[in-house]
Amino acid sequence: MGDWRTVTVPLLSSDSKNIFPYTSERKSPASMSSEVLRLSLPSAKSMHSFFSAFCTEENIEQSISYIDRELTTMGFPSIYVESKGKELDLVSMVNCMNELLVLQHKNLRAQEEIEIQHLKLGSDMDHLQNCYTKLKEQLELSKREIVGLQERDRQLQSKNRNLHQLLKNEKDEVQKLQNVISSRATQYNHDMKRKEREYNKLKERLHQLVMNKKDKKLAMEVLNYVGRADGKRGAWRTDKTEARNEEEMYKVLLSDYEQRQKQLLLENTELKKVLQQMKKDIISLLPPQKQKPKERSEDGPVLSDQEEDIGELNKENMWELSCETVREQLTNSIRKQWRMLKNHVEKLDNQVSRGHSGALNEKDVISREDHELETGKLELEIQQCKEMIRTQQQLLQQQLTCDDDTTLLLQDCYLLEERERLQEEWRLFREQKRNFEKERKSFTEAAIRLGLERKAFEEDRGAWLKHQFLSMTADCKSENSTTPSAFLRSADTDLRLVRSASQQKRPPSVLSTTASPEPCQISQYITQNSVASEKPAADYLPNLWVGSDGKEETEECTKTWEDSGLDTLCRNLHMEQLP
Amino acid sequence: ASFCRVFKISYLNFERFPASCVQHRLVVRDASTLQILHLYTCTDQIQYIEWSSDSQFILCAMYKRGLVQVWSLEQPDWHCRIDEGSAGLVASCWSPDGRHILNTTEFHLRITVWSLCTKSVSYIKYPKACQQGVAFTKDGRYMAVAERRDCKDFISIFVCRNWQLLRHFDTETQDLFGIEWAPNGCVLAAWDTCLEYKVLLYSLDGRLLSSYRAYEWPLGIKSIAWSPSSQFLAIGSFDEKVRILNHVTWKKITELEHPAVITNKKTIVYKEVEKSPTLGTERLSFPPTRALASSLFSTQSKYDICQVPVSLNYIKPVADKANPKVGVGMLAFSADNCFLATKNDNIPNAVWIWDMRKLKLAVVLEQLYSIQCFQWDPCQPRLAVCTGSSRVYLWSPAGCVVVKVPGEGDFQIVSLSWHSSGDSMLLLSKDHFCVCYLEREEVK
Repeated sequence: MGDWRTVTVPLLSSDSKNIFPYTSERKSPASMSSEVLRLSLPSAKSMHSFFSAFCTEENIEQSISYIDRELTTMGFPSIYVESKGKELDLVSMVNCMNELLVLQHKNLRAQEEIEIQHLKLGSDMDHLQNCYTKLKEQLELSKREIVGLQERDRQLQSKNRNLHQLLKNEKDEVQKLQNVISSRATQYNHDMKRKEREYNKLKERLHQLVMNKKDKKLAMEVLNYVGRADGKRGAWRTDKTEARNEEEMYKVLLSDYEQRQKQLLLENTELKKVLQQMKKDIISLLPPQKQKPKERSEDGPVLSDQEEDIGELNKENMWELSCETVREQLTNSIRKQWRMLKNHVEKLDNQVSRGHSGALNEKDVISREDHELETGKLELEIQQCKEMIRTQQQLLQQQLTCDDDTTLLLQDCYLLEERERLQEEWRLFREQKRNFEKERKSFTEAAIRLGLERKAFEEDRGAWLKHQFLSMTADCKSENSTTPSAFLRSADTDLRLVRSASQQKRPPSVLSTTASPEPCQISQYITQNSVASEKPAADYLPNLWVGSDGKEETEECTKTWEDSGLDTLCRNLHMEQLP
Repeated sequence: ASFCRVFKISYLNFERFPASCVQHRLVVRDASTLQILHLYTCTDQIQYIEWSSDSQFILCAMYKRGLVQVWSLEQPDWHCRIDEGSAGLVASCWSPDGRHILNTTEFHLRITVWSLCTKSVSYIKYPKACQQGVAFTKDGRYMAVAERRDCKDFISIFVCRNWQLLRHFDTETQDLFGIEWAPNGCVLAAWDTCLEYKVLLYSLDGRLLSSYRAYEWPLGIKSIAWSPSSQFLAIGSFDEKVRILNHVTWKKITELEHPAVITNKKTIVYKEVEKSPTLGTERLSFPPTRALASSLFSTQSKYDICQVPVSLNYIKPVADKANPKVGVGMLAFSADNCFLATKNDNIPNAVWIWDMRKLKLAVVLEQLYSIQCFQWDPCQPRLAVCTGSSRVYLWSPAGCVVVKVPGEGDFQIVSLSWHSSGDSMLLLSKDHFCVCYLEREEVK
């Protein structure tokens, strides 16, 4: 709903004083934000006023003529009956009106669509603008965040640097203090020594004084001397006593060492006994077939000796030996046995656990020897692989650690190599292409020739049939002499053609052999051809002359052609088709 | 345990018989009854008394006068008097054979060896003025003396039988602090001043067997003890650790740490707690009886077992004083070689008892006051501890017990000493002593 508003717009044409109104309807602002100009059909009521405004009873003629002018300029047919004249063509007028109505509808629709699109675009743009503002805000936020984080990072880094610096300072200080301490210590020692020397001097002096001052006064006063605690009398200090002292001292030391050695021996025997016992226990625990120590193959021949020794060691009195080899053997044998026992126990554990889980598959149980062999093999493999890896690494290192020049050179070398290879390949490729081209050419030629030949053959056949038919009548031997040369000439060219065709990448002997021994046949065939070819060119030439050309020859030719020429021809054709 | 009366003393020596001296009188008592057996009078105030090894003689040293007087137990009339004269006297001791007296003159000018059997006198020059400068082997055959000449340390080994010099060698120490023989008499340990951590082990014939140094700059060794079997040498140092060397390789076998917080679940911590005496209010009477008064003011204490982790009373040492109260200052092995008792001076209220068979901390005794002294029973693994209160604390693997000294007033035990039979124990306060008799069955 809107309110009508009439807007007066001045007319384009000068001769009419009419007012050409437009009506515009304005929609309520609540629903739409943009104004829409609508050209709507005037209601029936105001139609009258509409019409009365433009056309009155006075200016009917002018208005009609004006309308006619407008319509014609718009492309409609004239509403007058004829180009001049005042009679109105009603039909055309009605048509025009209809046309105008249709046009009006179309325009209205278009306008509607445009308005809808306009609305859509408007809303899209709003949406996009919202998004844009939101994104801008987000961008702002993240930019701020980034700045903040960068700031923090910078602060932390500076803090870190400070701490490092502090640490370095502390370390330096510690080092300095240590140096200070050591220097002070040496200084103190030096001073102490000096003071001590002084002190010693004083002590010496004092001692001298004291000793000098030693008066006759008896320092010790005793009622009677007591006997020694052990009852013996005191002995003089002589060399013998000194020697005896030494002796006694050494005796004391020796007795101490002997005692210790005895203790250690006792300990050793105890431990050896324990080891023996353990070994016996271990051997008894192991299942009987595993009693033989399963050594690696490296031990080999020593094995039996060791076994014997171990057997000997098992005897009771051998443990008294304490030489190193026996000791080592004992400990080694115990270690082996212990390992075997451990494996055995582990195996049993596995079996038990698997038994518990319910699936005790005999096949899964690998015997220990196999297991050990496998592990040995795997270890060897691992070793080898490791070595290989190491060598590879070394090589890689070498490669990598080449200085730049050599690397560039190497790269260049590789590139050159590749390029040369590629060039080689290109050359081969081109050669092959050329060859293929040649062959293709030859093929096409052969094909053309084949076509021609076929055509010739057909024509020949026709001619032959004709000749057959006509041969009975004509006799033209006299004209044989003149034609052969001309024919031969052409035959030569043809032969040359054939020859050139034969110079291809295949044993030329094939075609040349055929070419040479049967040129006559070919020439004959070609003469036939030429004869035949000449035929259709001169479509309208007199037949007689043609017919009488090589009658006799044709007879022979055809004969030979029939018998062997056909074969050779076919063979030739085949051979040409070969490459 | 039962106690005897408290007597006034100035010095006391208790190996066989408790001999106490008061001022210038020497009183010898019977060990079991404490009856006075003999009474001797010396010329001057006695500073030091020592029994001879066979308990026949007792020497009384008067440092101020430079006199030593010797009394005989068997013959009360016998007397001997040694006058050092102007040389002065700072120390005096018996030789292991019980017939010679070694006097150290003032300023450590020399050591004079006086013989009671002959009239001979020997001099040892340049003795070192250090804490333990003279050491006798357990069997009494040899004596090691630390000497210092020309600012270098030496050790001389003498044969005690005839005082002949057996070996004389120098040590690689800066300032030799002490020497001690191993109980088997074949190895001599010598250690340096606390400014240098160094322990040197010499064989009887003077060869250097090994030298051990744990660290370089901080303060070093504070105390050293041999195990009775000579298997271990325990070294307590200022870094609050005890390092134990073994006699086969002379290398450290373990370090025993003394942290302030005990976290090991296997350690038993006994804490002394006071329990105030409970008094019924009806019983109070005025004026209070003596017994009541004493029971009011005397505090009872008992041991409680604390749950690990326990944090002990740790005292931070003063940084700028010499001989700081840090580090392991007391070490003692039990007689059966099974336990080692230590005291860390930072944690002055605790005694740490280590099990030597497992080399682990077995027990910690935390007392209310700081430990003054502890000593192992010479016969069984029993440790007696005193803290300056009137209680003596006994620990054995079976448990521990607090024993209060009965009597009026405070008897502050500052030191204690076991009888060689392990049946009785002497408790000393500043000027009193008492003997504590232990019954064999009753010790918990």
